[in-house]
Amino acid sequence: MALNYHYHKVMEETADTFIEIFKGLQERFPNEIQTNKSHPHSRGEYNVYSTFQSHEPEFDYLKSLEIEEKINKIRWLPQQNAAHFLLSTNDKTIKLWKISERDKRAEGYNLKDEDGRLRDPFRITALRVPILKPMDLMVEASPRRIFANAHTYHINSISVNSDHETYLSADDLRINLWHLEITDRSFNIVDIKPANMEELTEVITAAEFHPHQCNVFVYSSSKGTIRLCDMRSSALCDRHSKFFEEPEDPSSRSFFSEIISSISDVKFSHSGRYMMTRDYLSVKVWDLNMESRPVETHQVHEYLRSKLCSLYENDCIFDKFECCWNGPDSAIMTGSYNNFFRMFDRNTRRDVTLEASRENSKPRASLKPRRVCPGGKRKKDEISVDSLDFNKKILHTAWHPSDNIIAVAATNNLYIFQDKVN
Amino acid sequence: MLSKGLKRKREEEEEKEEEKEALAVDTWWLDSDHPAVAQAPPAVASSSLFDLSVLKLHHSLRQSEPDLRHLVLVVNTLRRIQASMVPTAALPPVPSLPAAPGMADNLLASSDAALSASMASLLEDLSHIEGLSQAPQPLAEEGPQGRPIGGAPPSLGSLDLLDPATGCLLDDGLEGLFEDIDTSMYDSELWAPASEGLKPGPEDGSGKEDTPELKETELKDTELDYLMDVLVGTQALERPPGPGR
Repeated sequence: MALNYHYHKVMEETADTFIEIFKGLQERFPNEIQTNKSHPHSRGEYNVYSTFQSHEPEFDYLKSLEIEEKINKIRWLPQQNAAHFLLSTNDKTIKLWKISERDKRAEGYNLKDEDGRLRDPFRITALRVPILKPMDLMVEASPRRIFANAHTYHINSISVNSDHETYLSADDLRINLWHLEITDRSFNIVDIKPANMEELTEVITAAEFHPHQCNVFVYSSSKGTIRLCDMRSSALCDRHSKFFEEPEDPSSRSFFSEIISSISDVKFSHSGRYMMTRDYLSVKVWDLNMESRPVETHQVHEYLRSKLCSLYENDCIFDKFECCWNGPDSAIMTGSYNNFFRMFDRNTRRDVTLEASRENSKPRASLKPRRVCPGGKRKKDEISVDSLDFNKKILHTAWHPSDNIIAVAATNNLYIFQDKVN
Repeated sequence: MLSKGLKRKREEEEEKEEEKEALAVDTWWLDSDHPAVAQAPPAVASSSLFDLSVLKLHHSLRQSEPDLRHLVLVVNTLRRIQASMVPTAALPPVPSLPAAPGMADNLLASSDAALSASMASLLEDLSHIEGLSQAPQPLAEEGPQGRPIGGAPPSLGSLDLLDPATGCLLDDGLEGLFEDIDTSMYDSELWAPASEGLKPGPEDGSGKEDTPELKETELKDTELDYLMDVLVGTQALERPPGPGR
């Protein structure tokens, strides 16, 4: 199987492989799965819960373009009953999925046979009450809503509002507001498309609703700015309420200053007081009350600053890394290259580099901190910058909302790490 | 070395060259108060970076649906590089053309044209994506009458200026659009697209090629020829660039 360099093609191919591997797992190992489900932490291993195809490739006949089925973003809705709901989006279409479990089956219907054939009512001589019997766990994913045809450009973000009724979707130039129940209409709340496309110099890179104030959202740009908007001020939020930008450091200015300042992800803290932005080399924490500069800046891989030209040449400089907060907002995490990911403790100001790789990740083994040697003499156990594998990039990470469990996506493997359980 | 995906041979050599010059590129920007240093090597470094950026831009434009973020960032970087290469001349922002056709750096001028033509084709494609109707026909009629906009990328103006009822261009809108642009460039052959990556404009501009412009056209064709060959993957280095088509 020949995999070309393109990151998304790799994801596609290995997703298929994954599906093949896990098909039929529930039929073959029902007992093991049940054990894992009840005591997941005891074995330190996770198994696939459910797999489903969210989007299919589509062909836009009008523009003669293929719309890829690759998923750009997934967002869970707050859980309101036994079922789970999530929004998933590709470049053009957002879908709402319901994922529900079925582990009981009703038996003893009056009007139906066990095979489902209808019984003739006149033949029924006695009535019985159907009883619920346990069955093998079945996880069903069903599409509940399809939100289509609202984006001309590629969707990069979706964010569920704190009102649990609306959500936003953002593409390169526009942000739309949807109601979860209504699929044939959306409201455009941000439009930065210039009247003359010749004047286009900036695109939207990420957007998110405030976790508590349902009228507030932010969006970031390719120029390293963040705009906070209040939907109460006007229907079209082209004018921001707050504008966050850190002045450029003149001593580190280069041809690539704009590219590395481009923000790839923006995330509010759980408290709603701060927001975090990820640009190419750093993670910045902003206090929403101060627009002039961030309150914290954490260097992810500063040793790459002298390599920007090469990273521009091989397009790595355009990679979009995500970032995330832990539950108490005391730590933040983001990915890097060579399957490294970084965690920063905001209180102790300590940071650590860890690696997500098969060799270093036997179940229940502790991760060893890694170090990158920026240049010159390499100490023992350090990796030199030139040995880093730039094809192994960790773009997606997620932190459990309340526990110390993290998920790290490394190209074709998903790693789940947790605090040591004795 | 930095790990790479599938690479063309040319790029590997180029990258080695750039590895050496990477520091030179970055530090030149910092050491702007050392003119002696800034003169000789950085001009070379910037030129290869410029070529690389133009290559990226063309590659991006060749996608069926270009990644807008990538495109915008490359174009903006190209502007910076361009501005640094000719710091004294007051260059209007890309993709507007430089005012004086007889610029000392002909390659730069032809690159601008290629860049501008690329941007024009991209923006036209994006307009089509937007679903706006295009009306090249009215423009083609205007062209032979000697209007300077004949060779111009038609869609940039026509999008905003179509009369909804008739689909024809609004005259005063056109005047307004071009009043602050030196239209002498539009009379030259530079706007005629020569590579497959660019959308063909109206035919009227083709017959107006003047001798003084030939050299710039040749250079432009040469450069596009080269880019085309590299993109198509032929051994461009072995083949000496011909004098255009």
